[in-house]
Amino acid sequence: MIQKSLKHLAQALASKAISSVELSTLFLDRIDRLNPEINAFVTVDREKSLQMAVAADARIAAGTAGPLTGIPIAQKDIFCAEGWRTTCGSKMLANFVSPYDATVIDKMHRQAGLVSLGKTNMDEFAMGSSNETSFFGPVRNPWDRSRVPGGSSGGSAAAVAARLAPAATGTDTGGSIRQPAALCNLTGLKPTYGVVSRYGMIAFASSLDQAGPMAASAEDCALLLNTMVGFDERDSTSLDRPVEDYTAHLEQPLAGLRIGLPKEFFGEGCDPAVMAAVQEAIAEYRRLGASTVDVSLPNSHLSVPAYYVIAPAEASSNLSRFDGVRYGYRAPDYANLDELYAKSRAQGFGAEVKRRILIGTYVLSHGYYDAYYLQAQRIRRLIANDFVDAFKSCDVILGPTSPSTAFKLGEKAADPVQMYLSDIYTIAVNLAGLPGMSIPCGFAEGLPVGLQLVGNYFAEAQLLNVAHRYQQATDWHVRQPADLA
Amino acid sequence: MNQWEVVIGIETHAQLATVSKIFSGASTAFGAAPNTQACAVDLALPGVLPVLNKKAVDCAIRFGLAIGAEVATKSVFARKNYFYPDLPKGYQISQMDLPVVVGGALLLQIGQGDKAYEKRVCLTRAHLEEDAGKSLHEDFHGKSGIDLNRAGTPLLEIVSEPDMRSSDEAVAYAKALHALVRWIGICDGNMQEGSFRCDANVSVRPKGQAEFGTRREIKNLNSFRFLKEAIDFEVQWQINEIEEGRKIQQATVLFDPDSGETRMMRSKEDAHDYRYFPDPDLLPLIIDADWIARVQDDLPELPQQMRERFIHVLGLSAYDAATLTASQEMAAFYESTVAVAGQASAKPCANWVMVDLAARLNKEGLEIAQSPVSPAQLGGLIQRIADRTISNNIAKKVFEALWQGDGATADEVIEKQGLKQITDSGAIESLVDEVLAANATNVAEYKAGKEKAFNALVGQVMKAAKGKANPQQVNDLLKKKLAE
Repeated sequence: MIQKSLKHLAQALASKAISSVELSTLFLDRIDRLNPEINAFVTVDREKSLQMAVAADARIAAGTAGPLTGIPIAQKDIFCAEGWRTTCGSKMLANFVSPYDATVIDKMHRQAGLVSLGKTNMDEFAMGSSNETSFFGPVRNPWDRSRVPGGSSGGSAAAVAARLAPAATGTDTGGSIRQPAALCNLTGLKPTYGVVSRYGMIAFASSLDQAGPMAASAEDCALLLNTMVGFDERDSTSLDRPVEDYTAHLEQPLAGLRIGLPKEFFGEGCDPAVMAAVQEAIAEYRRLGASTVDVSLPNSHLSVPAYYVIAPAEASSNLSRFDGVRYGYRAPDYANLDELYAKSRAQGFGAEVKRRILIGTYVLSHGYYDAYYLQAQRIRRLIANDFVDAFKSCDVILGPTSPSTAFKLGEKAADPVQMYLSDIYTIAVNLAGLPGMSIPCGFAEGLPVGLQLVGNYFAEAQLLNVAHRYQQATDWHVRQPADLA
Repeated sequence: MNQWEVVIGIETHAQLATVSKIFSGASTAFGAAPNTQACAVDLALPGVLPVLNKKAVDCAIRFGLAIGAEVATKSVFARKNYFYPDLPKGYQISQMDLPVVVGGALLLQIGQGDKAYEKRVCLTRAHLEEDAGKSLHEDFHGKSGIDLNRAGTPLLEIVSEPDMRSSDEAVAYAKALHALVRWIGICDGNMQEGSFRCDANVSVRPKGQAEFGTRREIKNLNSFRFLKEAIDFEVQWQINEIEEGRKIQQATVLFDPDSGETRMMRSKEDAHDYRYFPDPDLLPLIIDADWIARVQDDLPELPQQMRERFIHVLGLSAYDAATLTASQEMAAFYESTVAVAGQASAKPCANWVMVDLAARLNKEGLEIAQSPVSPAQLGGLIQRIADRTISNNIAKKVFEALWQGDGATADEVIEKQGLKQITDSGAIESLVDEVLAANATNVAEYKAGKEKAFNALVGQVMKAAKGKANPQQVNDLLKKKLAE
C-alpha cells in the first residue's frame, strides 16, 4: 500500500479493501520509524490525523466521499491549519498554532476529505534551495542521506520520496516545488499564478508564490490539483475561471506536439550528466510523436538578479508582521519598544531570512527604488514577453529543472550566490506567472535528474498530459531509493 | 506681521462611513470592547490577505464627483512600511503614486458683510487608506495596551493645495470640507471620535515673494478651534524665528491645547523612509464609467448647487445661502420651512432659521435636528406674519410658545392666547384717539417738530393694543390724525 499511486489508493478505499484509518496508520507508523533520520516532518499529530481518517471513513460509508476522500497526504508547513502548529520553518513561529485554515487546507481536508499526516519541514519562510535554512534542521535526501532534498519544499519532497506520504503539497516562489521534485525523483507542478488561492499560505513573495502538488506521477498530481484549485474571494489575486478536471486530458497522444527548446537552457552551467538525461528525454518525446523547435528566451540571464530584487523586496514587507507584539517569538529581555522589535527579530529569524530582509529593505529605500525595484519590474515584463514570443512557435517549453543533482549538505550553504543559481532555470517561470512542472527523467551517478516542462498560461492540463504520456513510456518516476522499501 | 504672508495647506483624514473595514469584513462601529472588532486580517495573522471593500471606493467616487475632481480609472494601493505596535502588518495599505481622486476644488464663503469674500481652494488629491489601531498607555502599569478595533477602518486622506492665506481661511476650508463629507454621507464627521482630523502645513514668506517658506506640519487637529489656535500660534512663532535671524527647519509638530503652543515631534532628519511600493496582494483599482455613473445617480444635490439655487431662485444673499447650506440638516430644515411658508417668504424664512432659531438652539446647546420647533411649525408661523395675522414682535412670542410646547401650531397659539393682530381700522382708530387725547404733551412736541415724540405715541398705541395692533396701520392713522 505504501508504494501505491493515489488512483490505486482511492480504489482500495472505495472498495473498502482498506479503511482510511488503516491506511493513515500505515503511513504514520512509517513516519515514526523513518522521520528521525529524514527530518521531513516538523509536526505530526497522530490523534488529529486519525480523527480526520475516521471522518473520511464515515463519508466513504455514507456514500458522500469525493474521489480522494480518506487518502493521507503531507502538508508543507507554510499553510495555516486550524489547531495545528504552523511554523514556516522558523523559530519565529515555532509555537504558533493557527486559529484558522488556509483555503488550500479547507479545500483539501474539509471539502475533499483528504487526511493530513502532518506538516513538512521547509526552508525558513520558504527562503532556500536546500532546506538547510529551516530552524528545525536540514532534511535529508532519501536517495542519499548526506545530500540535500532541495528546497524550499524539501520536507514535502523527502516525505514523498521516502514514502512517508503518498503525496504532498508544496509552494513555489522561484522553484521551490520543481527543484526539490527534481532532486528527489518526484513529479511536481507549479500552477499558473492565481490558480490556487494564497489565502492562509504564509507569504514569502506575494507576486510569485503559488502552491501546487508534489507526487510520484503526473496522474497523482492531476488528482491532487483538482482538490486545490478554484477562485477564492479572500485572495484578490485569485483568478475566477471555470473549474477544470485536470485528469481529463492525460491520455491524449502527443503526435503534433511542438516542444520548444530554449537555447539559454542548453548552454553552459549545467552538469553534463544532467544534460545527457535531458537529451535522452527529448529523444523519447520525439519517439512519442512530438517535434522540437529551437526557441529563445533572450532575457533569461536576467531572471536571477531580477528575482533577487523583487522577491526580497516583497518579503521584507511581508515579514514585518513578525514583530513579537501579537504572536510568535518575543525576545525575553528588552528595555524598550525598539529593543523588543530588534531583539525579537534578530533572535527569531535565521541568517538567510535576515539577508533577504536586508536586501529587500535596501532595494525599496529612497534613492534606490528606481534603480533596483522598478528596474527589476521592467526586466520581469521583458522575461514574460520572451515567453509570449516563444509560445508563438511551440506548445510547451522543455529543459533541465536544476543545473545539478542533489548536492551535499553544507556544500553551498556558505555561498548564497551559488545557492541562488540552483534555481536558474525555474525562476523565470515564476516571474512570468506561467505553469511549470518537473518530472523524473533519469539518474546521474545514482541521483535523480529532473526535466522541466513549462506551459502557457492555464495550460496545466496540457503539461500534465505531456508529463503523463512520458511517464507511460518510461519508468524513471516509479524508481525508489532501494534502502527505503 | 503685515509684511508676512501665511501659506497653509491642509491634509484631512475622513473616516468613511462603511459598515465593514476597508480590507476585511470586521465591523467599524465605534466604542466596542478592545479587540472585539479585529478579525484575522486586522490582526495580520500569518497568511491572511486584504480584499478591498467596494463601499469604500463608492465613498471616494462620491467625494471626487462632489468636488469636481477626476476619478482615476486606474489607481494603485501601495504599502507604507514602518513599525509600530498598533500597525499589525508593519505596513499601512495606502495609495501613493496613483490616487483614486485627483484635483477638484472647494468654494468657500469667508466673512460676512462688507468683508465677505469668496475663496476657491484647490485640492491636490484624495486617496484611500486604512487606519491604524490605538495604543493605550494608561491602565497597564508601565506597559502599553493595543486595541485593534480601529485597525483597517477606511480613511479618505484629502490633500489641499497650499491655497489658504490665514487661519480663518483654513478654518473655513475645514468647515466646508467637514460639511461636504457629511452632506454626501461618506463620513459621520464626529471629531471627538476622530472621524475627521486635520493636519495643517504652515509656512510664512515675505509678501510678494514667489517661493514658499519652509513648512512645518501640525498633526492631528481634531477641532476647528484647535486648528485656528494652532495655526495662529505657529505663524507667530515662525515669524519670530525668522525675524530673530533663525531659519525654519522642516518638521512635524504637535499642538498642545492646554498651553496653546506647538512643539516639535520630529525633524526632517528623523523622517521615516516608508519604502512605498505597490501592494502585490491587491490588483490595481479599476473604476469604469458605469461605476462612476452609478455613484453619480445616487448623489444628492450638492451644497454649491443648492447655494446657487437659493441665490438665483429664492433671491437670498450669498452669505445667507452659504449659512443655510452649512449642513444638510440646516438646509433641509430651511427648505421644509419655505415649503410651508411659501417661496415669497424665502427671505424671512432664512432670517428665522439663521437668527431666531439658531440663537434659541445655541442657547440650549441643541443641534438643528433636535429643534423642538419643527419646520412645519416655523413655516406656519411665518405664514401668519406674511398675511399680517401677527406682527414680527408677536411672532417671537408665538415662537417661544411653540418652543415650550404650548400649542401644536402657530394658529393654535395665536387663537389660544388671543394674539391675532388688530387690523380693524375702526378699532385702531379709537385706540389712537384715546392716546392722542391722553398725551397732549407729546402731541404738542411733535407738532413743534420733535420727531421722537411720534415714536412715543406709537408706543402708547401699541401698549394700549397689547402689541397686537398692526404697526403700519397705527403709523398711518397717527400721521393722518396729527396732520388734521
